[in-house]
Amino acid sequence: MGIEFRGVTKTYPNGTVAVDDLDLSIEDGTITVLVGPSGCGKTTSLRMINRMVEPTSGAVLLDGRDVREADPAVLRRGIGYVIQHAGLFPHRTVLNNVATVPLLSGWGRRRARERAAELLEIVGLPGELGDRYPAQLSGGQQQRVGVARALAADAPVLLMDEPFSAVDPVVRQGLQDELLRLQERLGKTIVFVTHDIDEAVRLGDRVAVLRVGGSLAQYGTPADVLRHPVDDFVAGFVGRDRGYRGLSFLSAEGVRIEDVPTVRLGGEPGVAPGWRLAVNDAGQPRGWLPPESIVDGVLTEDDLVAGGSLYRQGTAIRGALDAALSSPAGLGVVVDDDGRVVGAVTAHQVLDAIESHPESVGSA
Amino acid sequence: MTFLDELGRFLGSENVREQLGRNLLEHCYLALLPLVLGVVLAIGAGWLGRGRRRMRGALFVVGNVLYTIPSLALFLVIPGIIGTKITSSVNVVLALTIYTTALLVRPVLDALDNVPAHVVASATALGYRPARRFLAVELPLAVPVLAAGVRVASVSNISLVSVGALIGTGGLGVLFTDGFQRTYFAPIVVGIVLTVLLALVVDVLLVALRRVLTPWDRTAPTRAEVTAA
Repeated sequence: MGIEFRGVTKTYPNGTVAVDDLDLSIEDGTITVLVGPSGCGKTTSLRMINRMVEPTSGAVLLDGRDVREADPAVLRRGIGYVIQHAGLFPHRTVLNNVATVPLLSGWGRRRARERAAELLEIVGLPGELGDRYPAQLSGGQQQRVGVARALAADAPVLLMDEPFSAVDPVVRQGLQDELLRLQERLGKTIVFVTHDIDEAVRLGDRVAVLRVGGSLAQYGTPADVLRHPVDDFVAGFVGRDRGYRGLSFLSAEGVRIEDVPTVRLGGEPGVAPGWRLAVNDAGQPRGWLPPESIVDGVLTEDDLVAGGSLYRQGTAIRGALDAALSSPAGLGVVVDDDGRVVGAVTAHQVLDAIESHPESVGSA
Repeated sequence: MTFLDELGRFLGSENVREQLGRNLLEHCYLALLPLVLGVVLAIGAGWLGRGRRRMRGALFVVGNVLYTIPSLALFLVIPGIIGTKITSSVNVVLALTIYTTALLVRPVLDALDNVPAHVVASATALGYRPARRFLAVELPLAVPVLAAGVRVASVSNISLVSVGALIGTGGLGVLFTDGFQRTYFAPIVVGIVLTVLLALVVDVLLVALRRVLTPWDRTAPTRAEVTAA
């Protein structure tokens, strides 16, 4: 279900312009991220889709129809909604929270609860959490329940207002991965609001950058916004690291992968002048053996220096550069999908590949 | 004759004990019916006043003014307005309903304000219509704060009913008027003890009711638990 903003303006009685003549076309089945500093009208725009806020002028179309033609309560039951802190009902169990919209829509109690249990599984929560109250859950778990509740009625549209900003960074990344995995399976039209450009770039098929005063600064793919910011505001907002972040969208095809000397754990490595990569029986990297190391008998993990990040073959070049820069040996370890060592890359080789790349960030 | 002998003789009479039972029941009815009516009316006022600053202010003013009218005066004025007999229990029920409502308007609005805004917003976003949202989300979440107000109102009612005895509407207050007229202490002491006991029992029941209505409120970790973790 596509969403369209047509010349939408929202002015408050005190004269504040929250959204200024916004035109935006959101494609069916994609994740579109509205991103910008506070006061840019991103949440206001989001809330106009489900009529929590009414536009002063212009119209919001959902599947071609003006949302103001619909009964607000019925409209909202057809649009999933997730907010920061999840907004769960503290007085209802997890299962009853998730069953809220099916029950409002008149499903039977039993069917609604069955559906809720199914949803808990989909968002990766153990079924026994169903009988707990929200206060008994961690922040990350509450957020998952929030997502499950928004999905329960199988609404084609999902609105998410900074849903992951209140959890710690590690949990946040897990939730982001989960959302992408879910989206692959469900293909919803998701509108996601955040102030975090990294999150926007990570999740969005399209990113809409809004500026203070509620006007659209730029709308495009994440790669586009990072590589070709239209003006100083967008360039400033996407930040100093945008060149480095842009590498997330560049393939590593041109990087030459070299052989790397390896030694096997449990074997007798002898002595060698250079760094050697220790692998286990499955061929997976376990760490580095420094030059001129003398190992007494067989090689164990105690003899090794911890390795850097691993670069999985076929992913973006950013990972290859990071692997090379974080390796104690100066060699980024390249692995295949099963985690087995394929070879290694140096930072020089990665940079050469970036410079000779036709779509290089350097040319932006 | 010692006071204990006097008390023993007073309570020894079958007639007196029967009369005490009747007075106690009357007292319950006169105190608790207005409590229930007052809670319902105050919740209605809360529905009107929540989120509207002017309406809220007006409700507080009206509530305060009503609560300031002396109870005896109110008992005497009401029959003149609604045409009941002066000794009718309706007068007391109506007067105490007014007090309870006046007393509870503020706790109800405070309790509703205490419901987190993001929970109310998410209820709206999920498709609750206002009335259902109020009954299914806002009101249940207001219970913990509201319960404290109801406990105060119950004690206030149980003590105010006694005043009704001055105009002959029954309840445990009859024991005070009776004892005062005859300079007889036994009924006065028994009246005080029964009134206090009644207030205690009702309070315990209200605490139990609050626990039954808010199973979720016991699940949040207490501060001690958080510190220990």
